[in-house]
Amino acid sequence: MARVLINVPPTAKRGQIIEIKALISHPMETGFRTGPDGNLVPRNIIKRFTCNYNGEEIFSADLFPAIAANPFLSFMVAATETGLIAFQWIDDQDQVQLETAKITVE
Amino acid sequence: MTQSSREAGATRRKMLAGALSVLVVRPARATPESMAAAIQAFVGGVEVRKGRVALDAPPLVENGNSVPIKVTVESPMTSQNFVRTVAIFNEKNPQPNVATFHLSPHCGRAMVSTRIRLGDSQNIVAIAQLSDGTFWSDTAELIVTLPACAET
Repeated sequence: MARVLINVPPTAKRGQIIEIKALISHPMETGFRTGPDGNLVPRNIIKRFTCNYNGEEIFSADLFPAIAANPFLSFMVAATETGLIAFQWIDDQDQVQLETAKITVE
Repeated sequence: MTQSSREAGATRRKMLAGALSVLVVRPARATPESMAAAIQAFVGGVEVRKGRVALDAPPLVENGNSVPIKVTVESPMTSQNFVRTVAIFNEKNPQPNVATFHLSPHCGRAMVSTRIRLGDSQNIVAIAQLSDGTFWSDTAELIVTLPACAET
């Protein structure tokens, strides 16, 4: 669906709190704009974002049209164990984008 | 002073007192109704207190299409005491909701940042729901020189 940029540190100390940044390219069409033909452009935004750490949901977000195009999210996570951090975006057309990042905890 | 004008004065005083009591009951500053309604739907009638939440936003925004904001909540983020939800509301965009974030004790620290759109100069409000059921809020006033909805 889209280009994704994720920033997760590859390694962390056990218990260290790391910052995760996630950016996805998406127009985030609000549904309030009129197109060249004078009709409203239908709404198409990313409505939900979730982040799982080794299968456990640790962070999620419900987004509204007031979020800027190419939505950027950043949040903190306590690095507890080596594993996978999975990211999921869902938009109004039910297109799903999945990405994962590996983290090694020492 | 005639009897009727005295009565009129009394009702005026009563009305003033009524208006003042409404102002005192409101948690933050008086806001447009749609945002107040959205906040009520989120908190479900529970009192919202000021504090604990810090909403960082630039006071002067050049481009309303992408405004960086950051919400930090004072919380130990343990499994007994953590921030459950952080919601952001605005006054003058077409919709009062901006975003709702669901956090967990695994986050370690309650910090969220994102970029939002602003259709006009306005106040935005961040409200955090803690695991003990209390709600805390912070407000930021932003002045926008180029609003997000200007191009249409």
